[in-house]
Amino acid sequence: MSFLREITEFLLARKKYWLIPIVVMMVVMGGLVVLTKGSAVAPFIYTLF
Amino acid sequence: MRILGISAYYHDSAAALVVDGVPFAAAQEERFTRVKHDAGFPAQAIGYCLAQTGLKLSQLDAVVFYEKPFVKFERLLETYLSVAPRGFRQFLTAMPLWLREKLFQKSLLGDELKALDAEFDPAKLLFSEHHLSHAASAFYPSPFERALVLTLDGVGEWPTSSVALGNGAALDIVKELHFPHSLGLLYSAFTHYAGFKVNSGEYKLMGLAPYGRPAHTQTILDHLVDLKPDGSFRLDQRYFDYMGGFTMTNARFEALFGEPARAGEAQLTPFHMDIAASIQAVTEEVVLRMTRSLAAETGERNLCLAGGVALNCVANGKILRDGRFDKVWVQPASGDAGGALGAALAAHHREFGKPRTVATGLDGMAGAYLGPAFAPDEIAGRLRAVGAVFEEHDEAGMLAQTVEGLVAGKAVGWFQGRMEFGPRALGGRSILGDPRSPSMQKTLNLRVKFRESFRPFAPAVLAEDVGDWFEHEDVSPYMLMVAEVRRERRRTMTAAEEALFGIDKLNVARSEIPAVTHVDYSARLQTVHAETNPRFHGLLSGFKAATGCPVLVNTSFNVRGEPIVCTPEDAFRCFMGSDIEMLVVGTCVLRKERQDPALALDYTSRFELD
Repeated sequence: MSFLREITEFLLARKKYWLIPIVVMMVVMGGLVVLTKGSAVAPFIYTLF
Repeated sequence: MRILGISAYYHDSAAALVVDGVPFAAAQEERFTRVKHDAGFPAQAIGYCLAQTGLKLSQLDAVVFYEKPFVKFERLLETYLSVAPRGFRQFLTAMPLWLREKLFQKSLLGDELKALDAEFDPAKLLFSEHHLSHAASAFYPSPFERALVLTLDGVGEWPTSSVALGNGAALDIVKELHFPHSLGLLYSAFTHYAGFKVNSGEYKLMGLAPYGRPAHTQTILDHLVDLKPDGSFRLDQRYFDYMGGFTMTNARFEALFGEPARAGEAQLTPFHMDIAASIQAVTEEVVLRMTRSLAAETGERNLCLAGGVALNCVANGKILRDGRFDKVWVQPASGDAGGALGAALAAHHREFGKPRTVATGLDGMAGAYLGPAFAPDEIAGRLRAVGAVFEEHDEAGMLAQTVEGLVAGKAVGWFQGRMEFGPRALGGRSILGDPRSPSMQKTLNLRVKFRESFRPFAPAVLAEDVGDWFEHEDVSPYMLMVAEVRRERRRTMTAAEEALFGIDKLNVARSEIPAVTHVDYSARLQTVHAETNPRFHGLLSGFKAATGCPVLVNTSFNVRGEPIVCTPEDAFRCFMGSDIEMLVVGTCVLRKERQDPALALDYTSRFELD
């Protein structure tokens, strides 16, 4: 729960209100995607993410 | 006050410990795990830093992470939205990673730190900003009371470049250039296009540039980079793929230059050399416009540099010779590893408001010798344990034996004192050779380091003699300045030699020290100072007494794709797996012919090519 409080405070401080629904949806949906595996694309692109 | 800085989770994880505002210990995690550019949590590097002080993690005043994960996440989301629906595949790849761990970095870091010390208080965990960390690493250890600080890299949170003003303990960022407009990413795009690995092949592109002609400079400036008089710029994203795809450049980029991106390890042609020369020229133009306009705008006389682009020593040398600044100081760990040090320094002075004592002498980095060292007894014990055969000498005897080996043309592994922090070997973990030998560059590249034959080597020169051999009067202790070999040391070329192009130029000796003279007569200088590395200074003095030449070839102690060696065992393995003929660890001297042949290693296939 501290994470949700922190990210909300962060988005409010940055005045990025329009990101709030996106982040909420992603965190909710996150449970579905955490089981998939990330792939290694590092050699072909700068580590942007 | 004792503050630990950490960089991790992208590339080049590292830890750095700052005690009362002074860098005390710092190391990259890759040196311990033996995985190049290791991005994992730097548990071993932290362990090393703590062991140096004898403190537990919970006894530190703060632990500082080098950037802000939430702001980075914000940048990612906004980028995906701006390019949608393009970029959906990258989105699908990145988001699970973020939702699984990166978004929860605060608790992840807290858990990792608690695993090291259960009494660690997570409230002591702070977060710096990526470019503030770079700027702090460049300004606080510099020998300047006040300075302009310029940071240039790929990208952190949003900024890709920043300008800060440092004065005493104050350091304030005054300007930023934001993603996707990035000099580092532009250089990386061309690194990818020339067939080298992004994030490690940028040095190769810089080394390849002098073989070519800047034939595509105008094309780059006309189509890719909208460069303004003050050095700010915008990149035309129609030519790049990194905002939403999986490569740096796209088909339109390839069509612009008329050739597809080079596949890794494919033949290098004059086209690739021209591409390298062109992007190097553009990079220099961008940074010179920036530094000229900032010098005029602020009136500052000192410049500090950091960020990955500050490792472009050719551009650094041009900034210095441009004369807009009296002094230029570059953080030796300018990549993201150095962000760990900067994060800790920024917290010390900005968060905790501690005053700054400006470093005396060269700077506050102790020659970048901030890594592990081994006592003489420990070295002998460790070497015996791995079956090494060696002679133990006193200091003078060891230096005399080493000079003898170098004069005989041997490639010498040189393992002394504390390991360097940053990507360059500076006489702590180095392979040395005689620069007067015309065959040394090829021998070291192909038989010792197993790397591409076009790559140049750097000279280490006695600081007091630098002006006699190079067009350079200032110090350059970190190999971050390029200067030309003095005219009277050059060899006059024949008309046939002048007409050679590309890598054919390599085989022509063009100075008294051909092994460290690049095809354009440039050299990536390291000035060696008695105050920071007396033993290496003593070796160069001995070599000068024997030959009249105060210069040695100095390259990192590793093979291609391997992290620089950290321990005597690493050094012995590299020695037995390559054509290094002599190894000097502390005052122990090892000769290849006396080692047990059964201990020889097949080293060439051990590391993934970089």
